[in-house]
Order: sequence, then C-alpha cells, then structure tokens
Amino acid sequence: MTDWQPVKIITRGKEYEVRPGMAVKHALEKINILPESVIVTRNGELITEDELLAPGDVLKLVMVISGG
Amino acid sequence: MKCTKCGGKAVISVLQHHLGLCKEHYLEWVPGQVARAIQKYRMFAKTDRILAAVSGGKDSLSLWDILHRLGYQVDGLYICLGIDGGVNYSNESQRLSQQFAAQHGLTLHVVDIPQVYGESIPQIASRTFRGRGAPCSVCGLAKRHEMNRLARDLGYDVLVTGHNLDDEAAVLFSNTLRWAGGFLARQGPVLEADQPGLARKAKPLCRMYERDMTAYALLRGIEYIYDECPYALGATSIYYKELLNKLESDQPGAKLNFYLSFLQAKEGGLFAPQADPDRAQMHPCPSCGQSTTAEGLCSFCRMMGGES
Ligand code: SF4
Ligand SMILES: [Zn+2]
Ligand SMILES: [Zn+2]
Repeated sequence: MTDWQPVKIITRGKEYEVRPGMAVKHALEKINILPESVIVTRNGELITEDELLAPGDVLKLVMVISGG
Repeated sequence: MKCTKCGGKAVISVLQHHLGLCKEHYLEWVPGQVARAIQKYRMFAKTDRILAAVSGGKDSLSLWDILHRLGYQVDGLYICLGIDGGVNYSNESQRLSQQFAAQHGLTLHVVDIPQVYGESIPQIASRTFRGRGAPCSVCGLAKRHEMNRLARDLGYDVLVTGHNLDDEAAVLFSNTLRWAGGFLARQGPVLEADQPGLARKAKPLCRMYERDMTAYALLRGIEYIYDECPYALGATSIYYKELLNKLESDQPGAKLNFYLSFLQAKEGGLFAPQADPDRAQMHPCPSCGQSTTAEGLCSFCRMMGGES
C-alpha cells in the first residue's frame, strides 16, 4: 500500500494518476502526452512544466489542438 | 520558472522564444507579437475597416479581442453551418460569439446557411459528390464563399481569419508532402484582392503557436467553444499537427522555423508564378461574381444547383 496521495491528471474524458514529487514535464511524459499539445492547469491556474507536483494535486489539461 | 520581464512567477513558458512570462506580461506580449506581424506583412492599417471571421473558437475570438485592444476597427462575421453532431455545435459556438460581441460592444454579422440556402452543411454534403465521406470540403468551400461575399457586400477593406502557426504549418506540411506548387505559391500571411470578387485576406496570428493562443484565451478569460466540431475527428490536419508537435518537443522552434523559412524562400523566388498555372485562367463566376478557375459557374454555385 502507498502512504502518499497520488496526483490526479484529468484530460478530455480520461483520468490518470502519477506519483507526487516529480515535475509537470515528467508527469506528462509518464502518461505519454506532449507538453506542446496541452496547457496544464491546477486549481484553475496555469502552471509551467518545471512545477513540482505535491500529493493530492489535481491537474486539468486543456487540449490545444483543434482541427477542421 | 520566472517571468523574463519582471522576475515574478511565470504561468507559461514560450520555449520557441526562450521566454517565461507571468500573466500580466503574457497578456501584453501576445498582442505585441500580433501587432508586429500585422506591420511586417503589411496586413492593414488603423483606417481600414476589418471583418474578422469568428467561429466561437479560441483563435478567432482571441484575434477579435486582440485587434480590438490594438485599436483597429473590427467587426465580426459568424457563419452558422447548421451542425449539431450531438453537442449542439453550431448553436453553442454562435451563442459564445454573440456573447463575446455583446460583452465588448462589438458588431457581429451572422449568416445562417440553412436559412439563406435552405440546407445545412451536412445536408448539402449528403446530396453532393463533393460531400461524400465528410462534409469538410463542402464546409470549407461554403465558408470561403460566404466570407468573400459578406466582406465585399458590406464594403470591408480586409477579411481576417484566426489561422495560427500550427494551422499554417500543417497546411504547409501537407502541401510540401505533395509538392503542390499552386498551393505553395498561394500560401502566405496575406492574400491580395487581385482577382475580381475576392476580398483581401490576412492572417494576423500566423506566427502564434496554437498553444500560445489557448493560453491567451484562458488567461484573458475568453469563453470559447472547447468541444470540437464532430466532423473534425480524425482529420488529417490534426494528425499533421501532432507530428509537428512531436518534432517541436524535441526541437523547440522547429515549427516556427519551418513556416518562416518557407516564407523567406518564397520571397526569394522559390515558388514562381508558373507554379500556379490555375491562377492565369481565373475568371469571374457568371452567377456570384467571385473569381474561379472552374469553367462556367464557380464550385460553390455549382454545388448549390446552378444559377441562383
Ligand atoms: S471540421 Fe469540417 S465540417 Fe466541421 S467546421 Fe471544420 S470544416 Fe466544417
Ligand atoms: Zn512579469
Ligand atoms: Zn459563383
């Protein structure tokens, strides 16, 4: 069992969990999302890729690419 | 990361320009970049009357916001396509466009395709050869035609669209894969009104990354339609954008460089007018007056069933 709370990452219709303590950039790598294709927000605020993630953080990813 | 301008906490990194910016400086930086592109490519002046094509999406609403802030005289044009797709796509994007106009005291013209032509885009698509498979080709043709028509009928000097660098780079990539000389010769930040019936067109966001425009809309608090048009799913342009983003992640600035070096090469004569033989045969459509390479009626008038 883990004694830490994971970081939750929510995107269009999907949810992931990663370990706290790593940087946003690293977390995106883990879930196979290019930083160039998303804007990362935490509690409604934009954060940069070097930001470290704390236990229990909830990130929402705003997808950048639109088509048509 | 710290803001390059003030040393405060950055909310976004703009790697292709080696910048980190706080909210305040980001909201200042984006319009500044757009203003520079407008000047560099001689898009339009403060005395010009500008018509902005708005879709309710992040790019076009941000463009409208930026031009208005920069002090340009700019009205909006919303084209209702009659697309529902289970997400109420057209109604919602129209509502958001109207809401933006009302909040900023700006004029929005609305053209309702089903009302004007008696058919929605998906309906036209299901009846025509052009529309087999997906309605995007029908939709693109109708939008181009209506934008030209309105810009000309209402007497605007220039029509602007929210195409960002990622849109332009994806089109460039696709045209380059096919070495489509005619398209390459025509692609650029400005399309002159050198043919009868066609409005002058400009793309003030052509050097702004799609990611940067998303951040602008979010930080500026612009409410835009986040749901995609249901027909965009699986579009090749999205696939090319993803490919280019992969490249960009490994080589920051690669997308920007791809587009800007293309413009430079073109300036240097790489794509001669001979690359675009169609252009020489352009003539005004006998029905609507817009220039076309098709014989007789233009593709739009033909699609809509002959003389109108
Ligand atoms: S995705 Fe296709 S149908 Fe939908 S708005 Fe874009 S061009 Fe039109
Ligand atoms: Zn700052
Ligand atoms: Zn015509």
